[in-house]
Amino acid sequence: MNDQVLTASLFLAVVGLTVGITIRASRSTSGTSDYFAGGRSFSGFQNGLAIGGDYMSAASFLGISGAIALAGYDGFLYSIGFLVAWLVALLLVAEMLRNSGKFTMADQLAYRMKQRPVRTAAATSTVVVSIFYLLAQMVGAGSLVALLLDIDTDNTLAISAVIAGVGALMVFYVTVGGMKGTTWVQIVKAVLLMAGSALIVVLVLAKFDFNLSELLGAAASNSGKEGFLEPGLKYGIDTTSRIDFLSLGIALVLGTAGLPHILVRFYTVPTSRDARKSVLWAIGIIGVFYLFTLALGFGAAALLDTGATSEVATSKGNLASPLLAEEVGGGAGSVGGSVLLAVISAVAFATILAVVAGLVLTSSTSVAHDIYNSVIRKGQATEREEIRMTRYAAAGIGVVAIALAIPARHLNIAFLVALAFAVAASANLPALVYNLFWRRFNTRGALWSIYGGLGSCIALVIFSPVVSGKGLDAAGKNLSLLPTSIDISWFPLENPGIVSIPLGFFLGWLGTVTSKEPTSAEKYTELEVRALTGAGAEKAVAH
Amino acid sequence: MAHDLHKTPEAPAGAPEGGRRASTRSEELFDELHASPEFAELRRRYRGFAIPASIAFLAWFLLYVVMSNWATGFMSTKVFGNVNIALLFGLLQFATTFAIAWAYARFSSARLDPLAGELYDRFEAGQPGTQDGGRA
Repeated sequence: MNDQVLTASLFLAVVGLTVGITIRASRSTSGTSDYFAGGRSFSGFQNGLAIGGDYMSAASFLGISGAIALAGYDGFLYSIGFLVAWLVALLLVAEMLRNSGKFTMADQLAYRMKQRPVRTAAATSTVVVSIFYLLAQMVGAGSLVALLLDIDTDNTLAISAVIAGVGALMVFYVTVGGMKGTTWVQIVKAVLLMAGSALIVVLVLAKFDFNLSELLGAAASNSGKEGFLEPGLKYGIDTTSRIDFLSLGIALVLGTAGLPHILVRFYTVPTSRDARKSVLWAIGIIGVFYLFTLALGFGAAALLDTGATSEVATSKGNLASPLLAEEVGGGAGSVGGSVLLAVISAVAFATILAVVAGLVLTSSTSVAHDIYNSVIRKGQATEREEIRMTRYAAAGIGVVAIALAIPARHLNIAFLVALAFAVAASANLPALVYNLFWRRFNTRGALWSIYGGLGSCIALVIFSPVVSGKGLDAAGKNLSLLPTSIDISWFPLENPGIVSIPLGFFLGWLGTVTSKEPTSAEKYTELEVRALTGAGAEKAVAH
Repeated sequence: MAHDLHKTPEAPAGAPEGGRRASTRSEELFDELHASPEFAELRRRYRGFAIPASIAFLAWFLLYVVMSNWATGFMSTKVFGNVNIALLFGLLQFATTFAIAWAYARFSSARLDPLAGELYDRFEAGQPGTQDGGRA
């Protein structure tokens, strides 16, 4: 019981700290540039930390180390895709987006196209990607907090209260703190996460005299699994699962640079050079973090019981890091163990809060800036009206996310994160890349690639084994989303990227070449100069 | 500067006209910069780095994923102790990511930023002092 009190007080400390930061940030927020882009006055290093805070979700902190603890080497494959992806952002997207856009992804696309249809499409895709991602985080938060505070998962009221509480907090961060508050929450979270995991990594490695080979050997023998250190344990079952993994890898590497909540972070710095610096810092921070998860995952496999009935296995690996912290702190029941468990749990909670805040801010900004101001008000809304609309949208999105997450709390919706990456890679990346590199690209091409990539992703998942037709597992648990009596599956892969990403690029090309819209060569000239030199780009707010 | 402009008495009356003229002036400036040899050089340098580097790291990553899936025997070869090729290949992906990021940072500050800065200054110098740094 004492442990729960300690954990709960640290959770409250995290909440108190982030609420304090948000209120402080709200005092220096006065116009749309402050509210949507943090005044464009964060430094490259600060924004690099915030990008890390935005990107390293509970899915990476708890999920990847858990996947390594259970599936060995195959869990590591995720980390690599998540990191290499940043080169796409660095080389092709970050700087040019900073120079040519203002608040949202749509700003850059609508620059030389018909504003209203393109903004509507980009906002739709932004909201869909963010809601998928958000839902996965909130359901994860519910079960995580339940596990950490030892609440029974069948206790509907308590779990719903946790989900609603997380939802209320994220709406608070966004409506009160805007981009400044959200950014500071993400910076603090990134620092806590890096410090917390570094501590556990050092303690784990110390147990093996800082000898990597010894750690790996102990992990392999303690896991009791054949081929634990080799690829194929999880994905090497048959050709379909291998192609499925290839499909996931492509979506991860191409999806990152199309995730709207990542893209908007590039607007929070004064110049494109700072945007570049922030990606460089982010690559360093995120890369080191994924190396940590390697040590955490193999450490958990070496030091904890990961058998079929263990707590690590029944939580699908999500508890591997917190339990590892308890173990290296001195074991269950010891003071050191309880303290480290509580600290790592609170870090995981901070992680979830920072990520959901970023998602809500991005989607509600897009609703207010793209749909409300540009499409409905034809650009005539005042700054005050735009911010007010963002607050309403944030509350609305928060309510929708809570309402969807509570009934979904028992479903296995972890696939939504991978789906968000697939949609970002199929719908957003083709449009962004064509717009910056292809003079002839036009409105129809943008609409076809966005709607085509988005629609094909969702359609393929609906007809995939994720939704129906996987049947029951050994324990009698339904592996698909729909009841086992319904089977509408015909697409064999769980990850649609390998089909939908080429399709998104193809449709962007096809739409462009079949359109009779006169090419806007002058606008492209302007976009190109602006993107590469920063001439005419949005400037930082001087306070 | 922007504040001075708003204080000028004749500004309100002439604002719409002046605004339109300013925007035409910007468009001409963009065309002028776009046609300059410096801009062509900047674009050539940027694309000459970014496009081959992107193709290279994507191919390198795909090779890694394909080998992890279809060449498990080779990937499982132990190199020393319990460390096998698969793990080294994975760590090598980290190393190449850091290396490409570092190379791009070096390249862009030495070869891109001076040119971009020069074009940017030319744009700012050619602008009548109307940009307010706020709403575009």
